Amino acid sequence: MVFGRLTLDALPLHEPILVVTFFGVAIGGVVVVGAITYFRLWGYLWREWFTSVDHKRIGVMYIVLGIVMLLRGFSDAIMMRLQQALAFGNSEGYLPAHHYDQIFTAHGVIMIFFVAMPLVTGLMNFVVPLQIGARDVSFPFLNNFSFWMTVGGAVLVMMSLFVGEFARTGWLAYPPLSGIAYSPDVGVDYYIWGLQVAGVGTTLSGINLVATIIKMRAPGMTMMRMPVFTWTALCTNVLIVASFPVLTAVLALLTLDRYVGTNFFTNDFGGNPMMYVNLIWIWGHPEVYILVLPAFGVYSEIASTFSGKRLFGYTSMVYATVCITILSYLVWLHHFFTMGSGASVNSFFGITTMIISIPTGAKIFNWLFTMYRGRIRFEVPMMWTVAFMLTFVIGGMTGVMLAVPPADFILHNSLFLVAHFHNVIIGGTVFGMFAGIAYWFPKAFGFKLAPFWGKMSFWFWVSGFYFAFMPLYVLGLMGATRRLRHFDDPSMHIWTLIAAFGALLILLGILSFLIQIYVSVRDREALRDLTGDPWNGRTLEWSTSSPPPSYNFAFTPVVHDNDAWWDMKQRGYHRPLQGFKAIHMPSNTGTGVVLAGLSVVFGFAMIWYMWWLAALSFATLLAVAIGHTFNYKRDLDIPAEDVTRTEGERTHLLAMQA
Amino acid sequence: MNITIAQDDTKAPVFYLADEHAHAKGASTALGFWIYLMSDCLIFAVLFATYGVLGGNYAAGPSPKDLFDLPLVALNTSMLLLSSITYGFAVLTMEKGRTGATHAWLAVTALFGLAFVGIELSEFAHMIHEGATPQRSAFLSAFFTLVGTHGLHVSFGLVWMVTLMTQVARHGLIPANRRRLMCLSMFWHFLDVIWIGVFTFVYLMGMLR
Repeated sequence: MVFGRLTLDALPLHEPILVVTFFGVAIGGVVVVGAITYFRLWGYLWREWFTSVDHKRIGVMYIVLGIVMLLRGFSDAIMMRLQQALAFGNSEGYLPAHHYDQIFTAHGVIMIFFVAMPLVTGLMNFVVPLQIGARDVSFPFLNNFSFWMTVGGAVLVMMSLFVGEFARTGWLAYPPLSGIAYSPDVGVDYYIWGLQVAGVGTTLSGINLVATIIKMRAPGMTMMRMPVFTWTALCTNVLIVASFPVLTAVLALLTLDRYVGTNFFTNDFGGNPMMYVNLIWIWGHPEVYILVLPAFGVYSEIASTFSGKRLFGYTSMVYATVCITILSYLVWLHHFFTMGSGASVNSFFGITTMIISIPTGAKIFNWLFTMYRGRIRFEVPMMWTVAFMLTFVIGGMTGVMLAVPPADFILHNSLFLVAHFHNVIIGGTVFGMFAGIAYWFPKAFGFKLAPFWGKMSFWFWVSGFYFAFMPLYVLGLMGATRRLRHFDDPSMHIWTLIAAFGALLILLGILSFLIQIYVSVRDREALRDLTGDPWNGRTLEWSTSSPPPSYNFAFTPVVHDNDAWWDMKQRGYHRPLQGFKAIHMPSNTGTGVVLAGLSVVFGFAMIWYMWWLAALSFATLLAVAIGHTFNYKRDLDIPAEDVTRTEGERTHLLAMQA
Repeated sequence: MNITIAQDDTKAPVFYLADEHAHAKGASTALGFWIYLMSDCLIFAVLFATYGVLGGNYAAGPSPKDLFDLPLVALNTSMLLLSSITYGFAVLTMEKGRTGATHAWLAVTALFGLAFVGIELSEFAHMIHEGATPQRSAFLSAFFTLVGTHGLHVSFGLVWMVTLMTQVARHGLIPANRRRLMCLSMFWHFLDVIWIGVFTFVYLMGMLR
């Protein structure tokens, strides 16, 4: 009773692949923990990072989480590619079916929820307050708490690797397969609780950033003077707030079906599995725009900065973004035209889907016209932007093909679909995140990323993408369905071999990225930027030092133009050198870590039916949360002398530069 | 935020605020809480939609006409509506700075809330006793989940109310506590609005089915 249904059999000792992985992870973990202990970094990390309410540090932590989870999600990808390259005819490959099914589920879940989402949220967290001339977000403690809840969800998903198993249902866990009758073990429960814990964090961070953008803009920054990245961040967070509750609710209903025995999505007693499919896509389709809109914002900033021109068609860019935001709620049914809701319903959703390509196309033209007759600098961020434009257009066009219901009846659940959404997610979101990281890294750390390894990473990623996914288009047109562990038709073999080669290239791309970070940190003195404005930027984040002080701006900037910093530079802005005042800032707190930790314990207890532990951890969670509200002293003043000293050091550095 | 900036750009432009008064603390709280309420509203929207789709699937089990006791539900509804009125009185006395009266009205509100949860629980117990369990049919699954989620919210509001009463007793009606009381006020009235939806859509229309 103490351990619920958790027994020693839950440890996958009979799976050699997992045992080896476990030792790899264990040794790696011991090395990292040992190194942190040896260099006495725990105190520093706890005080300066884990408990920090500074939006910049939280943003960086999100991105670190995203990159770490990328390694996990990618190892799943390369295992699948290897299996599909091997398992033809008489060969069964090396992965048993129940393991392969967990891998493709974990790959999807991790890549969307714990790679793409943290990268996107991290960039928004880091950049938005700086771009709008604010000192922090509206609710700094909530921000820290949101981050740790996301980590909590990732921890639960990672636990499933070594304690029990993960879902074998595909990344959206459709019932009835995900119901208790067909998935009686813990896999789906890991899925549910991992996503619920992380979902709390995502929703709260969405609320936080919407309030921040609406309430905290610098004077003079009207809505139509906001940088485009901030606009896309606003729309993204509106989408988060307006869609994640749907995910929370639908997963809660699935939880009730599994734990209580209700009949929402069962095949008997009046349940309706297609209700789940509808609801989860009402969340799921806005989700893809949550991922891609911020990337559009990144490209807009980069295209304008590296062309040395104001963004072409700012107003149309904003309206296109808002249009996409609204339309994203009117297309969910295109994910299951084959449900058979009839010609009129399918036509409606087919047409709304095609309409989305209009604002998206307008954006592409805006970027092209921004580059037209610009003085383009092909630095790494700009290279990603150009590669995005080429790649994303292909993905967009295959998307329009899939939007045609009769075509979709052929292509539904085929590898063509898999190729399409990887084309837009990698070509759109992932390229955008790498572009954004390369672009804002010097702002976060005060030195640029080494360009050579950045270019290596770029070329490996881009060529690897084409090698890995163009064959899947072909296979899909030949009729191959997704999630297959074994193929019979030998004529398809050549294509899975090419795709595996592509995955290998992407592996080199990821390794180059890691090497790039190592080399850049090693050579940081040579790559140092003292100006705070290494790219000759246009928006406010480039007006402060790199890394920015904890209070971001000693004086709140006043905005007169879309490209506020560019305008300031053009019109002879002088940095204020005196008159600094004390600045009121929120103080750090460990409550977020504690609450998220308790949530993980609660989730784990629910997964394994340890009811006493679930009750205990939930009661403690409530007690800690309520206890936190009794703390009324949550901020501190940065004294004027400290501000004067910090700003004086910057003056000195700038003078040395000149 | 509403600082007018001279648009005459030929004069030396102002690029930063040399003299800045500190922002009012918690300026974004009301907006942030509104946005949270809207996200919560979406959870209810999903539950309403689910009830709308599955509410007729009785699986040869009991239907609303067999189960609902409208006079009891009317009594229950009046408990919740009255609690909204008394919360309104609590806010009015809070605006006048009368700590004792605020406390008293909050206590009355909490009692009405408690009565609501109590009546709902007895209704549930009665239905389950008659064999109308959440497992019996999709209609009952959707019914118990929609009404129960609302009840859970009210219960959470009660815990919050007791917490706030303690905090008001300890620190008085300081700005932070007033802000919190306003948030709970929005939450409480929001649950009232949701309940009106439940009462109409589930109970009244259920009797017409």
